[in-house]
Amino acid sequence: MFEATQTNLKNLRRQNISRGLLGGMTAILILPVILIMGTLIYKGAPVMSFEFLFANPTNGMTEGGIFPALLGTILLVIVALLASVPLGVAAAIYLSEYAPDNWFTRAINLAIINLAGVPSIVHALFGLGAFVIFFRFGTSILAASLTLAIMTLPVVIVATRESLQAVPMAFREACWNMGATRWQTIRRIVLPNAVTGILTGVILEVSRTAGETAPIMFTGAVFFLPFLPQGVFDQTMALSLHLFVVSTQVPEMPEAVPYGVALVLICLVLLMNSVSIALRMYLRGKKKW
Amino acid sequence: MNNKPNSVPVPASSDFDRLNRDWYIDKAVQALVFIGGISAIIFVIGIFVFITKEGLGFLIGDFSFKEFFFSPNWRPTSENKVTYGILALIAGTASVTGLAMLIAIPFSLGAAIYIAEFATGKTREFLKITVELLAAIPSVVWGFIGLAMMNPLIIDVFNVPVGLNVLNAGIILGLMAAPIMTSIAEDALKAVPDRYREAAEAMGATRWQMIYKVVLPAAKNGLLGAVLLGVGRGFGETMAVLMATGHSINIPGSVFDSVRALTATIAAELGETAVGSQHYKALFTIGISLFVITFIINLVADLVVRGVKKG
Repeated sequence: MFEATQTNLKNLRRQNISRGLLGGMTAILILPVILIMGTLIYKGAPVMSFEFLFANPTNGMTEGGIFPALLGTILLVIVALLASVPLGVAAAIYLSEYAPDNWFTRAINLAIINLAGVPSIVHALFGLGAFVIFFRFGTSILAASLTLAIMTLPVVIVATRESLQAVPMAFREACWNMGATRWQTIRRIVLPNAVTGILTGVILEVSRTAGETAPIMFTGAVFFLPFLPQGVFDQTMALSLHLFVVSTQVPEMPEAVPYGVALVLICLVLLMNSVSIALRMYLRGKKKW
Repeated sequence: MNNKPNSVPVPASSDFDRLNRDWYIDKAVQALVFIGGISAIIFVIGIFVFITKEGLGFLIGDFSFKEFFFSPNWRPTSENKVTYGILALIAGTASVTGLAMLIAIPFSLGAAIYIAEFATGKTREFLKITVELLAAIPSVVWGFIGLAMMNPLIIDVFNVPVGLNVLNAGIILGLMAAPIMTSIAEDALKAVPDRYREAAEAMGATRWQMIYKVVLPAAKNGLLGAVLLGVGRGFGETMAVLMATGHSINIPGSVFDSVRALTATIAAELGETAVGSQHYKALFTIGISLFVITFIINLVADLVVRGVKKG
């Protein structure tokens, strides 16, 4: 029979202590955030109503709803996606299907990492210098959306590249053997098998784009507009900036309003992320290879 | 062509054209996606060119290296003597990022080890999804949390007059950076081959001995990369530090002092400056420094992580 020695017992004790300690650290990381979410819901829920979502702000933004900000965020996201999704998918196709393994490809990868790592306020400076001033778009939805598009481009590229690379090489080889060109293979075999994965990346990008504040502050989003934007060259309100404004810039703000705005923003973002995660899990369950 | 056993008699020219067209389409697409591929490089260079272009007037004009980096006086709108010194702003950014990392590094590495090595099945899925969702919370929401929840809490608990300070922003930034560091660190641990673990367990090692002696040393570079990316993220964060630091220019003596960060200064002042003014250009010069520093951090992180892949 195996008899546990002192050393065995000591080691086991250590293992249990470390497991408990690390588990506790994980809990400490997650618990405060759950508490914070609880508080947000508790304090934000009272202002939630159909009117809060679909009415204009009144009385110096202290009353009424957040409709122009909500609409502005949706417009910004749509225009940003129109720019970044085609570009990002093209970049991912190049990197996954065409790029040779050389210094140039490494430079592209490094550029992608950097694009993701540059502070959001530097993206804002770039958007101001390039789109607002140099290309003369003015502070507009177009300028703000393009800034957001460049900032979130890495999200699309990385997600798309991963889902393209998850398509087994044998699929491509089989297609090439039939005499198909590279592009025919990509269009008929690789992309159809990767499209759900690409979609998860796009949804993640929607979430990122909707939450960003700094890049749009000087490029197209404004504190308050008495009318809705009529085109891409108009300025707009945005949900994220609206939260900043109602929580810092307006005196005598009823406490519940910023909580309500924060709750709407966070629900929007987390909903998008949950959809993306659910899609990914569904995909994982469905894959046969 | 006519020697093929099963060839259908079709006009040779049309067959040739068809092949040709597909070949040209393929080349055209290749060129098109190549444009997408180089766009990332173009944008990074573009960012540098445009912020330098806007800031250049200051760099070659009033810019004094000594004043800019070593004077604690950021007085762009002073009536007597305008000075552009970012030392206090650097101190603000450094103190907040430092405190945030002090909180985030141990907890996120601990959580990553727990999720990757101890947790199993449903618990693990739940923790992974939670961490991913936490990483998605927008920075302006974190700033609001610092402003509306942490602020009164700090005033209450520590009995200090102002709750918007290094402590507040450090905790907020730590909570914000931790999920990202956790998921990158977890990836690094997952990258350690399972046969290392199996070999350790076959030697009779307990799970903790295996983690401590085998997995952690093997994942060391990846973990370091995760920490560096976390530092870069904290350093570049804007909205949360703008709202939670108190935004007063100060070289902090304790965690209860209010400070102001580099990023937050740009965010707060750019809207009020005239395009092309000295102040405007000085803000762009701060932007250039931020760009260069994050570029270096990302470069080093990439080199460190690449080291693990080659080894």
